[in-house]
Amino acid sequence: MKLEIMQLEQLPVHTGRVIQVFGHEIALFRLGNGKIRAVENRCPHKGGPLAEGIVSGDYVFCPLHDWKICLADGNVQSPDTGCVKTFQTEIEENRIYIMIEPQEQGERRESLVPEQGLVNQK
Amino acid sequence: MKKRKLCLVGNGMAGVRCMEEILKLAPDLFDITIFGREPHPNYNRILLSSVLAGDADIRDIVLNDWNWYEQNGITLYTGETVTSIDAEQRNIYTDCGRVESYDDLILATGSLPFMLPLPGIDKEGVIAFRDINDCKTMMEASKTYKKAVVIGGGLLGLEAARGLLNLSMDVSVVHIFDNIMERQLDPVASKLLQSELEKQGIRFLLEKQSAEILGDTRVTGLRFADGTAEEADLIVMAVGIRPNAALAQESGIEVKRGIVVNDYMETNIDHVYAVGECAEHRGTVYGLVAPLFEQGKVLAKRICQMDAAPYEGSTLHTKLKISGVNVFSAGEFMDTSDTRAIRVHDEWEGVYKKVLVRDDQVVGAVLFGDTKDSTRILEMIRTNATISELQRVAILQNLSSSSGASELDYVAAMSSDEIICGCNGVSKGTIVEAIYEHGLNSVEGVKKCTGASRSCGGCKPLVANLLQCVLGDQAQTSNQKEPICTCTTLSRDELVREIQEKCLTSVREVMHVLDWTEPEGCSKCRPAINYYLNMVFPELHEDERESRFVNERMHANIQKDGTYSVVPRMYGGVTSPAELKKIAEVAEKYQVPLVKVTGGQRLDLLGVKKEDLPNVWRDLDMPSGYAYGKAIRTVKTCVGSDFCRFGTQNSIQMGIDIEKAFERLDTPAKIKMAVSGCPRNCAESLIKDIGVVGIDGGWEIYIGGNGGVHAKVAQLLCKVKTNEEVMEWVGAFLQYYRENANYGERTSAWMERIGLSSIQRALENTETRRELNYRIAAALGVLSDPWQDIIQKENIRQLFENVAVNV
Repeated sequence: MKLEIMQLEQLPVHTGRVIQVFGHEIALFRLGNGKIRAVENRCPHKGGPLAEGIVSGDYVFCPLHDWKICLADGNVQSPDTGCVKTFQTEIEENRIYIMIEPQEQGERRESLVPEQGLVNQK
Repeated sequence: MKKRKLCLVGNGMAGVRCMEEILKLAPDLFDITIFGREPHPNYNRILLSSVLAGDADIRDIVLNDWNWYEQNGITLYTGETVTSIDAEQRNIYTDCGRVESYDDLILATGSLPFMLPLPGIDKEGVIAFRDINDCKTMMEASKTYKKAVVIGGGLLGLEAARGLLNLSMDVSVVHIFDNIMERQLDPVASKLLQSELEKQGIRFLLEKQSAEILGDTRVTGLRFADGTAEEADLIVMAVGIRPNAALAQESGIEVKRGIVVNDYMETNIDHVYAVGECAEHRGTVYGLVAPLFEQGKVLAKRICQMDAAPYEGSTLHTKLKISGVNVFSAGEFMDTSDTRAIRVHDEWEGVYKKVLVRDDQVVGAVLFGDTKDSTRILEMIRTNATISELQRVAILQNLSSSSGASELDYVAAMSSDEIICGCNGVSKGTIVEAIYEHGLNSVEGVKKCTGASRSCGGCKPLVANLLQCVLGDQAQTSNQKEPICTCTTLSRDELVREIQEKCLTSVREVMHVLDWTEPEGCSKCRPAINYYLNMVFPELHEDERESRFVNERMHANIQKDGTYSVVPRMYGGVTSPAELKKIAEVAEKYQVPLVKVTGGQRLDLLGVKKEDLPNVWRDLDMPSGYAYGKAIRTVKTCVGSDFCRFGTQNSIQMGIDIEKAFERLDTPAKIKMAVSGCPRNCAESLIKDIGVVGIDGGWEIYIGGNGGVHAKVAQLLCKVKTNEEVMEWVGAFLQYYRENANYGERTSAWMERIGLSSIQRALENTETRRELNYRIAAALGVLSDPWQDIIQKENIRQLFENVAVNV
């Protein structure tokens, strides 16, 4: 399913944002090269919110313990190991879309309460 | 020519080091496959104790990362155990069902921790100290449990104990003998070490034989043969290691204590070799690193069919890796009837040195408290030097003769085949050659190229001195040169110079112009560059939010569950009923889970949700306390002359004035300050970055104190008479620190590096202090309260909100 998330200008370069959809908490990024990346907002190490990490090239550094994670394939970089779930994204007419299936239930972080919805399904 | 197939069983230090030697000698001779039981690339097992002690991260101790294997065309199977060898067919079999054929096979299976066969050994919470996994178990256990018992008072046991102490556990060390480290130390040194470690907080239970581990599923205690018992939530067994030779034995290779090898590391089976802790050479099994590397060199030459001098055994030497405790032992260490000793025991400084001599030849040594001479003495033992080469002992040598110059003379006087790095067997000649051949000018470069200082790191100062000897002034700046991160070769000083000279004004521009290998840098260099740009060009450079660490971007301190803590500014730690009411109301309105008084005399609201932050700030309507940043934090004050019957100065007002003058300022690392109204120091001024102490008729200013991991007492910078002078000196010192320290370097570490006197010299001139204050004013001039700024800016406030997509 293809869902519209937000306008491109709502997502500054190198600053992650948190998206909640189908019980997933997703970290959304706009890279220096213009690409949009979406990964599950949970570092495999201690569950750190990746959306708050420093973004460099195709990588994000987890804000809690500095694990380096590739946003393209979700792989944790050595010497640490692990993987986060990634989601396909698209940009059309300055809008960001994400490909996601309703049955993919994510792990919800309890401390974050969903805000009012901003956008609708296309 | 078809490549020969070389298999290595064991992905540890000895085996991989041997592979490195082989690749150096003949990069194209072999098709290499490596099997490792652990799921990691080759890491430095010796430094596990540093990881446990919190001095290093696991990633810091990786010796060969995954890329190394790939770049050298090595096939690596991790998490896979080799289960048998068919030496006739030249095949090996693994627990994953893999069959691999070989032309040559190296066994480097290392050793296994020896577990005492006590009743209850299988209980939860009983572990060894051998690999990353054990390390992780201990770190995990320290979060829930309090009481750790280490069985074994040897090198490994003591390092484990110190690590557990750092993890805030109560630690007892149980040892069967009455002297700890009795295999490396004589009784005098052993007792000195014990009393030093007792001072640090370790308890010793000596001459205790463990009998039974108590508890149901998890361990609760340890009972001894004498009937007494000790409580324990975690038992670390560090009584020794034994060679891991089962695989060899089952495959028909000769094994006694370890896998038996000759002087060329060959086993009794053709084309099968063994190296490292699993090997037994001339009846000796080695459990220390240097011999393993010496063996690796011999084997590499042999396997590449080059002439090799036979391996004839190693002189054992060791250093204890516990910070603040210097212990070294080499060769023979116990006095016997045919040895004589040269002994120095300085109880005042806590230094004990003993050099053992037989027939005029140096055969061993024990050093405690001061191990500077260890490399030289080790070389004397190796080369069977006679005592005529030893300097006569002088009581209370003149201080000037122990200055840096003599250390340079010493390294200059070394012969070129003398060993500088004992762990990796790198000689002075090899390093000098590498310096010329590869144009090296840093310790880091030498380490990468020759391996010197790569293992325990103890010879770093020696390598630095050698660099200075060879390169003179060229190495002067690069003496301490360390690139700021792996994206560049530039040191901090070079980077700042480039920014100034080329007038670079953005992080992007810096990376582009200065050829960063990662075009967008990493989490280490981005915040550093952003700081240096702000420091050099406060008015020109626009602060780059995306290069700030999360805390400085969100202006709150991130917690483990992704919530934040909020600390409003309370100048000098003074508050009012109205302010307290406001804070209480905010805490209730936003259901803040915890309100706490901080060590810096502030109130901390913990557990605030990210999306609530701007509203919390708006309702508080107080300035940011910057409790999250590398910035001016708090000025703690005592009551002072207004109320206190001992107070000689108005410390509260002085604290408020300082805090108001310098709040919001970015610094290389956090700055904590305190003002005490009299020398009783109730505000704890002597463990602060800047501590001001009121005296009769004036103030004393102390700098470089630290109450954290590396506790340090502040040192006196100067005494002044007036309040204005306090402000002038504090401002000048702050700016001098901002302009000269490395990003991330606290004042205590910085001062240790450059020396108090160099700071005093720099600040003694009135004109210099005026200029520094002028520059700090410029930096302060562009700052405003970040909380109010964010409340005003819709586009930034929006970033605090999560986006819920309704379907």
